[in-house]
Amino acid sequence: MQTSAKVIKYELSDVIRNKWIVLYALFFLVVTEVLFRFGGGSARALLSLSNMVLILIPLISIVFGTMYLYNARAFVELLLTQPVDRKTLFGGLYTGLALPLSAGFLAGAGLPFVFHGVEAASHATTLMTLLLSGVLLTSIFVALAFLIAVTFEDKVRGLGVAILLWLFFAVLYDGLVLLLISAFADYPLEQPMIALMLLNPIDLARVLLLLTFDVSALMGYTGAVFEQFFGSPLGVGLSTGALLLWIAAPLTWGWRLFRKKDF
Amino acid sequence: MIDIIGIEKSFGRLRVLRGLDLRIERGTVTAVVGPNASGKTTLIKTILGLIKPDGGRIVFDDEQLNGSWHYRERIGYMPQLARFPDNLSAREVLAMLKDLRGNPDDLDEELLTAFDLDAELGKPLRTLSGGTRQKISAVVAFLFRPDVLILDEPTAGLDPVASSLLKDKILRERDAGTTFILTSHIMSEIEELADHIAFLLDGTVRFAGSTTTIKATTGQPRLERAIAQLLTMEKGTLGPSTNGHAKTPERFLPVAEP
Repeated sequence: MQTSAKVIKYELSDVIRNKWIVLYALFFLVVTEVLFRFGGGSARALLSLSNMVLILIPLISIVFGTMYLYNARAFVELLLTQPVDRKTLFGGLYTGLALPLSAGFLAGAGLPFVFHGVEAASHATTLMTLLLSGVLLTSIFVALAFLIAVTFEDKVRGLGVAILLWLFFAVLYDGLVLLLISAFADYPLEQPMIALMLLNPIDLARVLLLLTFDVSALMGYTGAVFEQFFGSPLGVGLSTGALLLWIAAPLTWGWRLFRKKDF
Repeated sequence: MIDIIGIEKSFGRLRVLRGLDLRIERGTVTAVVGPNASGKTTLIKTILGLIKPDGGRIVFDDEQLNGSWHYRERIGYMPQLARFPDNLSAREVLAMLKDLRGNPDDLDEELLTAFDLDAELGKPLRTLSGGTRQKISAVVAFLFRPDVLILDEPTAGLDPVASSLLKDKILRERDAGTTFILTSHIMSEIEELADHIAFLLDGTVRFAGSTTTIKATTGQPRLERAIAQLLTMEKGTLGPSTNGHAKTPERFLPVAEP
């Protein structure tokens, strides 16, 4: 077996032993099941679940990821005294963390839909978009956690930065966008808005999800512009590219720091 | 075997290694000595690739190290403070390391038997005492029969029995041709084990040579006195005192750390 596969194996067994990941999957399972039973039907379950995905996945991925990496410091130091390449270790650590978190979400949120089924064909598209967004957001925020953990030596400071970063993307960013809109209310802002959405992975996922709900009409003219842009091949390509870039950029930056890091 | 040429390393504004040169010959036991914060551990970690030097180079058996990692197959390392994944047991860590190295058949488990660790192997490492963890660390270092063993204060924290067992093991492996680099603040231990001394001060090697040379140079019959004299000579201002003994400034005294 390849060394990278071995590193992933050790980490997986460690993450699973950690029980956090099981709780995470159970949480999504219970919430989705409850939404089905009390919300009635897959449409409302999907809508409520989207909000959970957009807020909770980034928070848990970045906080759990940062915490896990600080606690894995001894493991990293031990492996680096062995014949292990730093690149292999870094890749193994990332995969070993992003993989179980994604799988936990997919299993938890996906299983109730398997049992209950969806009501309409269009819901299947939404579900797929939802699951895919969840996996992409997990990968993005675990990558950001890696960047934080290699940048800051101090665990408390790292955790603080992780929570601030989540707060910025999940809450503050939208406030700033609203401020911008009200300040420039007299100008057409649709194009800059699209650019602003691309710069925040949570907003990007939210827009992609909203568009599949057929509720963009409720968003007025902006919704129409969004639908036109994000519905076009160029828009799909750009938004997918932006989300992938949100994984690649922090990972590449984190790797550059990790390669030179002193242990 | 290992050539260290002009290694530079700074942590922030603190220059820890300042153009350090050292040559480690095959089959020797080199003791790296020097006061606290003279760069001993930094030097050791640089050889292992745990710390990336700012300048200079290290050549390991004709291979220049630059992000290389294969050479670590031939190194056993015992850190000053053994750190292991908290929730794993010693047995799991040993299994993981063996697996990582492709489960070689020819393992050296002599220390594992000698330390009588059977009762501790199944417990999570975080529940073990510092000394027990140090013993496991020693087992790990010797396990894969490495060509080079790097031991950072190996006997610190070990009880006298374990300490003697480890020292006997070091002597046996030395006679079998293994190269050692070790640090220690216990001079009697260095006298017992080492045949070469590298004396570090302020991030450079001030003296490197065999133990017999250092004694001859300083005119002191005992290693402890010889090194104390080196320190005093380096610090300049305090010459030999009138009664003929080297006077050692208190803060440079090479004492054992707790």
